[in-house]
Amino acid sequence: MFRDITIGQYYPTNSIIHRLDPRVKFLGMLAFVVSIFVVSNYGYIVCAAWLFTIIALTRIPLNIMFKGLKMILFILVITVVLNLFMTDGTIIWQWKVFKITREGLTMAFLMAMRLIMLVLGISQMSLTTTPNQLTAAMESLFKPLSRLHVPVHSIAMMMSIALRFIPILSEETEKIRKAQMARGADFEGKGIMNRIRAMIPLLVPLFITAFRRATDLAMAMEARCYHGGEGRTQMKPLKYVNRDYIALALLVLYLAVIILLKVLLHW
Amino acid sequence: MSITLENVGFVYGAGSVYEKTALKDVNLTIEDGEFVGIIGHTGSGKSTLIQLFNALMQPTTGKVYYQGKDIWGPGYNRRELRFHVGLVFQYPEHQLFETDVMSDVCFGPKNQGLSKEECEHQASLALSAVGIGEDYYKKSPFELSGGEKRRVCIAGVLAMNPDVLIMDEPTAGLDPAGRDEILDLISRMHKNRGITVVLVSHSMEDVARYVERLIVMNDGEKAYDGTPREVFRNYEELEKIGLSAPQVTYLMHDLKAKGFDVDEDASTVEEAKTSILKVFGMTDSSGES
Ligand SMILES: Nc1ncnc2c1ncn2[C@@H]1O[C@H](COP(=O)(O)OP(=O)(O)OP(=O)(O)O)[C@@H](O)[C@H]1O
Ligand SMILES: [Mg+2]
Repeated sequence: MFRDITIGQYYPTNSIIHRLDPRVKFLGMLAFVVSIFVVSNYGYIVCAAWLFTIIALTRIPLNIMFKGLKMILFILVITVVLNLFMTDGTIIWQWKVFKITREGLTMAFLMAMRLIMLVLGISQMSLTTTPNQLTAAMESLFKPLSRLHVPVHSIAMMMSIALRFIPILSEETEKIRKAQMARGADFEGKGIMNRIRAMIPLLVPLFITAFRRATDLAMAMEARCYHGGEGRTQMKPLKYVNRDYIALALLVLYLAVIILLKVLLHW
Repeated sequence: MSITLENVGFVYGAGSVYEKTALKDVNLTIEDGEFVGIIGHTGSGKSTLIQLFNALMQPTTGKVYYQGKDIWGPGYNRRELRFHVGLVFQYPEHQLFETDVMSDVCFGPKNQGLSKEECEHQASLALSAVGIGEDYYKKSPFELSGGEKRRVCIAGVLAMNPDVLIMDEPTAGLDPAGRDEILDLISRMHKNRGITVVLVSHSMEDVARYVERLIVMNDGEKAYDGTPREVFRNYEELEKIGLSAPQVTYLMHDLKAKGFDVDEDASTVEEAKTSILKVFGMTDSSGES
């Protein structure tokens, strides 16, 4: 069942970042995302330095780390082009209606940096944290909300079950796809209608499997007396250790630097 | 010359951290008309191996030939190949999707491009071969029992009239009666239609009783390849790789060790019976073949 955790793109290297408490990583990710929206110009150097230090510490190959960028390539290009040509200001290049301004250039660059760092900041966390650790972290962090009758435990449980089911269902899909291909199903047919019709032999068994699995799981949980979050303990309770306190201290320092630079120097 | 594998290796998730070598340098040929069994403990690569036979997966290294042609060569029609090399997966009942049994069995022939009448003709032949009567044709496949579902799925592949029939543990989860029915059916298809059969199984008794040739997989490699008698002669080595010989083989070896002059390679109950009776100077009188 090892291949299951590939979903959520976890990449094990057992680096110091991997071993950090998931709550620290989750907070770190949030803080970083906020910081890249706080800074406006030179501040990005600080953000980039922070990000790349973390990336280096994860010991994850760069091609894997940068894979997430491929998904946003389209958005990235659109953003850059729009900012480049649509910003008014000092014109430095012009051809018919197309013009590039100094402000546009800066804007395009900054927006691109923001997007890239946003994606890297999130991938950095999801590559070093298993989905289950992540839900545990969120459950623990949002626990105070249960005072306000937010069903924190139920939401966390639903999330972890959903995450658990993604690899199972994708494996199941693959199996059914192969079984139908063995009977000559053609999933690469021409025309949109043919494609949709070709999906029926795949989707019907998949839904049936999903419902069967869900019922089985519900029964298994009930058989083991699951009754919600009240008084429930964890097998691996999250506990902060020294390295987590150090990491949190560094995180606070980082935020302080970003805010100070913003306030004092308008970076 | 039917199916040939040449130095075939297969790796799941190549290049990722979850890389898993499932097959290593496998060479084998399955001739037309053979009845081949494949055994091996869990995770030894049996299911991976048979999915290479009909091009559902591409080998990482090495070549697969069907009737002498490289099935991953340029321009090879792999969809067509799958009509000739039919594969029934482990727990095939998860592939049922149509509203009634007849339409589900017609799925394969329809994909072959046959007319509606031809499809239904093929389907009813296949369904009667697996012992599903006409009163079932309009039933929903989801209302059937486990064993009936299994038979409908096998019919779904048989209806394409394949030249080679590959089955991945067709008897898993069936009761003894259901198991015998399926195995007898397969063996009948082999005898009457002369189709090549490849049977993946966990049961030594089953393979000893039905197959003519036995391939033993161990950790992604082909460990033994021969008649069941030849293979089970290595019962001590088989145990080392987590398998065993049929129980009668042990009995016969024990008898031999006790000084009885029996055929120690007997691997089916029938063979053992004949051999033991001979030692006591009697002949088989029950009339069984
Ligand atoms: N989709 C997959 N992704 C990654 N690894 C896989 C996948 N399918 C199988 N494997 C691995 O490949 C190896 C061989 O698997 P395979 O399914 O061929 O075994 P098997 O002999 O059919 O076992 P069983 O008797 O349990 O059906 C196993 O170690 C398994 O973990
Ligand atoms: Mg298998």
